[in-house]
Amino acid sequence: MQPFTVRVQTGRFDTGAEIDRLSCNPACGAVVSFSGLVRDYGDRQDVAALELEHYPGMTEKALHTIIEQAGQRWQLQAATIIHRVGYLALGEPIVLVVTACSHRKDAFAAAEFLMDFLKTAAPFWKKEILQDGSAHWVEAKHSDQAAIGRWQ
Amino acid sequence: MKLNMVYFARLKDSFGTGQESLETDATSVAELLVELRQRGGSWATELGHGKTFRVACNQELAGPDSALRDGDEVAIFPPVTGG
Repeated sequence: MQPFTVRVQTGRFDTGAEIDRLSCNPACGAVVSFSGLVRDYGDRQDVAALELEHYPGMTEKALHTIIEQAGQRWQLQAATIIHRVGYLALGEPIVLVVTACSHRKDAFAAAEFLMDFLKTAAPFWKKEILQDGSAHWVEAKHSDQAAIGRWQ
Repeated sequence: MKLNMVYFARLKDSFGTGQESLETDATSVAELLVELRQRGGSWATELGHGKTFRVACNQELAGPDSALRDGDEVAIFPPVTGG
């Protein structure tokens, strides 16, 4: 099994199947997952959907680099990052991060690290589509930039 | 020399194009930006001083001093907002 997986896709993913796939290594006692979903408010209220764009090629490279960096800090046995692009309706999953480690502390920390860096280094852009049909690009958040500071 | 330019998200909308082949004498990212700003309109506004954007050369983040070579893929895009 390839331990490090990165996928960018328009379709849904099966969270349970992805967790199961990383739960079959007898050396891994801890598997942590994070799911990010489309929420009904963001930069504005009444968000009905998101439209996600990315930079094909650079996105995959950036995600692999982030996993490599996590692997240098923790005993990361396996990791999966799946990120969706295109039109995503309210409540739909956007992103999945799964980490598998010997112990839970590493698995929790690595999952947080992957998400923090994904949000600041991977070339994805969100557009919010509101209930009234209007749309706007989401602004980058200072809080996301600040979040990576704690890993330095 | 020729550069393959790509633009994303808000900048793609503002510029009205997602990609173009650009004939240029610019040898660095900073020189390229000067040239693009000279187009005026949304180019001057979006790439103006005080605006925040990122430049990638051959899919790696680049700075103002990054050198450009014939055939490079140069991307300009807003700060990322995935996850």
